[in-house]
Amino acid sequence: MYVDRARQLSILGFLLLLSLALSLYAPNFFQLQNLEDILVNTSYLSVAAIGMMLVILTGQIDLSVGSILAICSTVAALASKAGMPIWAVFALALGLGASLGLFNGLLVTGLRVHSLIVTLGTMSLYRGALIYFTQGDWIYDLPSDFRAVGLGRFLGVPIPIWIALLTAVLMSWLLTRTPWGRGLYAVGSNPMAARLTGLQPSRILLAAFTVNGLLVGLSSMLYATRFSAIQSNTGIGFELLVVAATVVGGANIFGGSGTVLGVVLGALLMSTIGTTLTFFRVSSFWEPTLRGFFILLAVAFDTLRGYRRGVWRRGGAR
Amino acid sequence: MSELLRLKGIRKTFGGVRALRGVDFDLVQGEIHALVGENGAGKSTLIKIISGAYRPDEGTIFLQGNPVNLESPRVAQDLGIVAVHQEPTLYPDLSVLENLFVGRFLRRGYWLDWPAMHREAERALTQLGATLPLRAPLQQLSRAQIQLVQIARALLVEARILILDEATAALSLEEVDRLYRILQDLRSRGVGIIYITHRLEEVFRIADRVTVLRDGEVVGRARVNEVNQEWLVRHMVGREVGAMYPRNPRPPGKPLLRVQNLTRQGVFEGISFEVREGEIVALAGLVGSGRSEVARAIFGLDPYDTGEVWIQGRRIPPRPWEALRAGLMLLPEDRTRQGGILGLPVRWNLTFSILDQLKKGWALDKQAEESFVAEAIQNLSVRPPNPDLPLLALSGGNQQKVVLGRCLLVKPRVLILDEPTQGVDVGAKAEIHRTIDALVGEGLGVLLISSDLPEVLGMADRILVMHRGRLVAELPRGSSAETVMKAATGLLEVPYVR
Repeated sequence: MYVDRARQLSILGFLLLLSLALSLYAPNFFQLQNLEDILVNTSYLSVAAIGMMLVILTGQIDLSVGSILAICSTVAALASKAGMPIWAVFALALGLGASLGLFNGLLVTGLRVHSLIVTLGTMSLYRGALIYFTQGDWIYDLPSDFRAVGLGRFLGVPIPIWIALLTAVLMSWLLTRTPWGRGLYAVGSNPMAARLTGLQPSRILLAAFTVNGLLVGLSSMLYATRFSAIQSNTGIGFELLVVAATVVGGANIFGGSGTVLGVVLGALLMSTIGTTLTFFRVSSFWEPTLRGFFILLAVAFDTLRGYRRGVWRRGGAR
Repeated sequence: MSELLRLKGIRKTFGGVRALRGVDFDLVQGEIHALVGENGAGKSTLIKIISGAYRPDEGTIFLQGNPVNLESPRVAQDLGIVAVHQEPTLYPDLSVLENLFVGRFLRRGYWLDWPAMHREAERALTQLGATLPLRAPLQQLSRAQIQLVQIARALLVEARILILDEATAALSLEEVDRLYRILQDLRSRGVGIIYITHRLEEVFRIADRVTVLRDGEVVGRARVNEVNQEWLVRHMVGREVGAMYPRNPRPPGKPLLRVQNLTRQGVFEGISFEVREGEIVALAGLVGSGRSEVARAIFGLDPYDTGEVWIQGRRIPPRPWEALRAGLMLLPEDRTRQGGILGLPVRWNLTFSILDQLKKGWALDKQAEESFVAEAIQNLSVRPPNPDLPLLALSGGNQQKVVLGRCLLVKPRVLILDEPTQGVDVGAKAEIHRTIDALVGEGLGVLLISSDLPEVLGMADRILVMHRGRLVAELPRGSSAETVMKAATGLLEVPYVR
């Protein structure tokens, strides 16, 4: 793994530059409330992006995360309305997410079909099942202990920020300091060599998909608890935002490289774009365009670095 | 019989390596001229020059007496020189017919003239006495049929000179017979055929003349009916081997690895042998004889149909992690594709197989890892000795040392080494040999696979020879290169007795 300091520094540099511009043109951007909003908005995205990075590290992808987010949000909200205590609601969302992720993993390892196709299928499957279940109805009147997760504070800092921070620290530790993390990098870099070293690629893939599902479940708890209603079209297009944050954050889409810090910065950049536009008084219609611009910039950046290192010569081998 | 092709004083150097050092060669109409030699003797370079893929540094090529400049494969093909390569260079998704004509489609005005191409193809196939499904995509064909497509292609361009490189490597006995008949038919029509082979028995079955290359020079040329197998092998090997291999053979201990009747349909058959404590057993044979496939099956990378693998009295299922746990390790053949993970640091590459031992609770014990890594780098003198560099920043020889280092850190009881010194410079090669000998002295059992005959003769205590997927001979240390070569080419069988 290359620790992609250059990528992390360039995102940080860009965010600083953006801040400088904002401090000149729109000083009220720096109100505490606004910064806090941005971080809270980033928290659910970054949790899901960290999950996506695990899958991308192994050279796979999970396009069903938007549907998983919707299912977990809906089921958690209904369970809470039915009077389930909040800790149990958490466990339910996480467990459900992990199960749906595990199902993806089983399909990928069992059918030996690339995850791009498999999860394109489960994306529709999960979404369809949800719409059948809710009949397209929204869920209103969410209990206060449920909403407290998204709106509450601990030591003055919003709870979603705490959860995202803890997740990032824990996942970063798992990736860099445990055999499990090394396995993800190995399988994504060279599955054949990984098998030769005695690792079990299919188990590692299953773990990546399952933990990704679990983190999407966690993400759904940060997401759903912030709004007064859950729509059945929740999370449509979420997968693309998550993949974008991951790739912009320096994870190689072909697997084998990526860091938690980079991906969190990528998520921060993605969720800052919208808010920033408002402060520059630019129409928010430009948001997707800018997002696309950053994705392409990230990919161009990788390609150029690849050429310089000579990695491109073995590009086909992966 | 008139002369078709004459090469005079051909020299070719690749970055300081002299691949051909003044080769003369000739081919007359209606003959099959076999070209033999060890790996690296210069056969491929020579045929690439004849087929226009390389240009010689010095020397002249005459075609029917006239000097020619074969500046590209296209020019060579237009002059009637066609090469059928070992690895087919065709298009799997296109139909047989398209493959036959690709690059030289028949046209009628602006349009492709499919009916004419169909007729032409049928005519060529009749000539070959073969039938092929012209409309089927090439990938549905067997290796033998694909070989036929290539030969039919050669007929369609009216080849005067046909070059076959290891044409029978992938063919069954029946298919080989049919190929021979086709070649004999072509010969009777006046086509000159250059036939490259590792299988010496083929030389005597099909060729009229034979040229032996060694180290880029022609060391022998004769009419086939005037020489024998001994003559061929003597000229192919021709050098003194031994001396440079540091080995202190000791009496072997108890059996560590036992392979029993291992079979994989069409790849290898009935493979049984043992490797004991403190012993290096070589698995010799030509490329394609099934050596690497046997090694991969033992380690559980590829499946096998029947047979058993036992390590220290325990039968192991065919999975790499099971083999590893039982004390077996494999150093794979191709370090860039299989052995190392190029994008990851040397440190990670070294410890991938001992991660479980480095666990302290859930986490990795960084200090323990550091000491293992430092030890491996020191023992194998990896250069530069910086564990944080990505593996791809190291030279080939040092990459190989890192991959070997990973295998050794596991402290295996049995180590399978598949081409451990291929593409490794002389210095690194000696270091690797010294390391292996030292470990064997401590009781390690080694199964050594190598195409480097001197390495096999110099390092091994026993030599098992494979030919066409079967174990044909077991030879003791001190056997001659000639004997091994004979067994590997199917001229000698020494039943394996236990």
